Amino acid sequence: MTLATTPNLADPDAFYALLMQAHRGLDEDASRRLDAALVLLLANHVGDMAVLAAAVQRAREAVAAMPAEQGLAAEGRGGP
Amino acid sequence: MPVTYQNPRYAYRRPDAVGRAGPEEAPVVIAGGGLVGLTLALDLARRGTASVLLDEDDTVSFGSRAICWAKRTLEIMGRLGLGQRFLDKGITWNQGRVYVQDREAYAFDLLPEQGHEFPAFVNLQQYYAEEWLVAACEATGLVDLRWKNRVASVERRPDGALLGIETPDGPYRLHAQWLLACDGARSLAREQLGLEFLGQVFRDRFLIADIVMRAPFPAERRFWFDPPFHPGQSVLLHKQPDDVWRIDFQLGWDADPEEEKRPEKVRARVAQMLGEDIPFELEWVSVYTFRCRRLERFRHGRILFVGDSAHQVSPFGARGGNGGVQDADNLAWKLDAVLRGAAPEALLDSYDAERIPAAEENILNSTRSTDFITPKNGAARAYRDAVLALTTATPAARPWVNSGRLSRPAVLRGSPLGTPGGEDAPLPPGAPAVDAPVLNRGRADWLLRHLGGTGFTLLALAGEGAPPPEAPPGIARLVVGETETTGGLFDHAGLVARRWGLAPGEAVLLRPDQHVAARFAVAETHAIAAAHRRAMGHAA
Ligand SMILES: Cc1cc2nc3c(=O)[nH]c(=O)nc-3n(C[C@H](O)[C@H](O)[C@H](O)COP(=O)(O)OP(=O)(O)OC[C@H]3O[C@@H](n4cnc5c(N)ncnc54)[C@H](O)[C@@H]3O)c2cc1C
Repeated sequence: MTLATTPNLADPDAFYALLMQAHRGLDEDASRRLDAALVLLLANHVGDMAVLAAAVQRAREAVAAMPAEQGLAAEGRGGP
Repeated sequence: MPVTYQNPRYAYRRPDAVGRAGPEEAPVVIAGGGLVGLTLALDLARRGTASVLLDEDDTVSFGSRAICWAKRTLEIMGRLGLGQRFLDKGITWNQGRVYVQDREAYAFDLLPEQGHEFPAFVNLQQYYAEEWLVAACEATGLVDLRWKNRVASVERRPDGALLGIETPDGPYRLHAQWLLACDGARSLAREQLGLEFLGQVFRDRFLIADIVMRAPFPAERRFWFDPPFHPGQSVLLHKQPDDVWRIDFQLGWDADPEEEKRPEKVRARVAQMLGEDIPFELEWVSVYTFRCRRLERFRHGRILFVGDSAHQVSPFGARGGNGGVQDADNLAWKLDAVLRGAAPEALLDSYDAERIPAAEENILNSTRSTDFITPKNGAARAYRDAVLALTTATPAARPWVNSGRLSRPAVLRGSPLGTPGGEDAPLPPGAPAVDAPVLNRGRADWLLRHLGGTGFTLLALAGEGAPPPEAPPGIARLVVGETETTGGLFDHAGLVARRWGLAPGEAVLLRPDQHVAARFAVAETHAIAAAHRRAMGHAA
């Protein structure tokens, strides 16, 4: 299996809306936990380390390419 | 403060060399008579090699310290003649249980199968282990135990090390042809050689409280994340002999160690956990921060670092003492072979090649556990809490719960001493031997009792019409028979064949430390002899 990088959901808007809905009413910490729980559940479902590693790398690269104040650099300000 | 144990005081004797002009000579000197130094001295003595053992103190470990002895350590102690004492006095356990808040999230069995002499773990205070090691060392007559001999300086020499030693009667010098630095996490030898000890400090503090109580809790490892009695932090509970219980409270980085050690404060924490109606006494209290770090190399010419002086881990996983005992197990037969002229000095390079990856594995596992228990940033905390939130209803999340990945013996994969072949077998080259029940002339016995010891062993399987392979001269042969009449030990349960992946006519060459050196489907004498030469560090 390789990581799907072209559209694969029948209704992408519906899934996006579902995600937004899931975060509604949560504070920042709870939102972060929710995302983490989702990542873990989906990772277990995928069950393929190569695909997961490709996804981690792609996500990191995409985020790193964002302007500093929105992306990784802003988070990294706290030091190591 | 301990109420159940009194530290013995060993007699100091004035060393002959005090006041003498020139240094005393000794072939093997062990600096530090803690768990690891004593194990090494005993292992060397069992092989007939004498040593001088120096310790700055005159007693065993103060406080219980290491309490969880893993199966492999017990097997090594078995080989050294102390296994039964651990079993008799220690608390045997195989089960662990993890709680999240007020519910059980996860339970595990570390030794789900029967048919091993030793369990997954035995809990025993470190001072007992050391006390028995001291007595066993003394009984060999080959260990010159020198209490209150503090190593004050170490100079590396091409032919060994020159030590400056301080005693109550004044200083003396000792020239060691080989120095085994077993002087613990704050090693003076390491400092004197100017070696860096690099790694990670965790920004967290832990309160270790040993208490004496009669409690109905079972003998298992219990770990709580965020329990109602200690919100937001973790707690670990272990049973020890003498009605002593180890409780380990996570405190957080901002805790004040002196304040946290106050008996009233500790008592309040424990009462919060146990409820008001269980009476207890405090035995030993200590506050720790944990580190994971190691030396870049453990061998520096004729100075070798062993145990905590070479590497340090956080206690989650019980890998410190257990790892150190495996270092000693690895080094003793090699040094003995070099001293007897049976192996080249280069054999000792394999101590680095084998034990550095083992230390790395211990550091990796203990770092991962500590990262889970003490998340370092918001993301780590979110993931940790998400895992914990998922565990009860979703079994898929349970393997992520990391309260300590408990000590497993190192498989010395890719060791220069191993002969390639059989990498996919249940016990590939480098693997430690695995036990199995056997019958010895009709009596119940254990396989491991017949392996290792003074030399190499060829474990040879025999069956009807399939005679066991011959061993070359100088290698002991242990025959295990598929049937009662094939001779040797009888594999009545078939577990030797199964656990080792062996058929009649096949054989495995084992090192004196019970690790696999080579496997043979067709066991030709010259191939066995070649594997033996290789495992002794002779160039091919
Ligand atoms: C709270 C706690 C819990 C632990 N739990 C576990 C566990 O459950 N399982 C486990 O496997 N490990 C555990 N460990 C780790 C374990 O205790 C150590 O890894 C182990 O003691 C290391 O043994 P060592 O002989 O290398 O060092 P040490 O036991 O520290 O011995 C060093 C010896 O050297 C002597 N010495 C030091 N400097 C000098 C000098 N200059 N001259 C002469 N002598 C000197 C000291 O007196 C001492 O006797 C725990 C540790 C702690 C602190």
